[in-house]
Amino acid sequence: MPPTLSSADFLTSWSAVLLYFVAAVGFVAGGLIFWWVIRPSRITAEKLTTYECGEEPIGGAWVQFNVRFYVFALVFLVFDVEAVFLLPWAVVFRELGAIAFLEGLFFIAVLAIGLAYVWRKGDLAWVRLDDRVSP
Amino acid sequence: MTASAVVFWVLTLIVLASAAVVVLSRSLINSAFALLATFSGVAGFYVLLGADFLAAVQFLVYVGGILILLVFGVMLTHRIQDLDLRAEARQLVPGLFVAAGVFILLAAVATRTPWAIGAGRLPSATTAEIGRAFLGKYLLPFEAASILLLVALIGAALIVRKREDA
Repeated sequence: MPPTLSSADFLTSWSAVLLYFVAAVGFVAGGLIFWWVIRPSRITAEKLTTYECGEEPIGGAWVQFNVRFYVFALVFLVFDVEAVFLLPWAVVFRELGAIAFLEGLFFIAVLAIGLAYVWRKGDLAWVRLDDRVSP
Repeated sequence: MTASAVVFWVLTLIVLASAAVVVLSRSLINSAFALLATFSGVAGFYVLLGADFLAAVQFLVYVGGILILLVFGVMLTHRIQDLDLRAEARQLVPGLFVAAGVFILLAAVATRTPWAIGAGRLPSATTAEIGRAFLGKYLLPFEAASILLLVALIGAALIVRKREDA
């Protein structure tokens, strides 16, 4: 059975978000389908090449990316989760007083240690320090 | 049918269809992008259940974070086009058994747990309530979460660094 837990006001306030999603997806999908229906289809080998601002593309698009991207993604994910934890704190710390504010600052400070660590160890640098010392 | 019921069934369709694409698609990158629709549909379920904060978390962490990590993982894989990672058809029977087992387990939990049914209306927004719980009764788990994140960050950096050196 579909859930009937939520109150009507709550869902009404979210219908704007739903409408936004439907409009966003519909705009892109509608455009693609509309042009797919009306455009003529005359395919040549040149039309099928990848468009790279007018340059002739060299090789395939599936190259192996630098593994350093992965560090950035992982660091981003950790601070993403930190932001999630800080959101409820940011909403209520004003009404709960100074101690609640300090508790949040402690939370941030612990993760600042992590940021300082990866920064100091050169994980955030695009060109690593040891790369420059011993190429 | 009420409007929320219509939304529920449309979301169910989206989640099931995109999850099927994740499993059956030949291309790994298509699977990753189909996972986007699955995660978003689950966020919709959270909204329907009145858990607006969880829905936001689902978007921030799963759609915005985990999926980025997955796509990066796909891009970093060497000679990704030569890999055929599609689930084989011969896994159908064991797959059915596992799915049936998980279903029975979940159904048993859902029907046998004595759910606490609160009186009165749901709070209109849950974020402030969660914040009060974090800073009051659950302060220690809240601060412990920051230590856990620190460990995850340093561990991830260490593992990636070791792989780079090799």
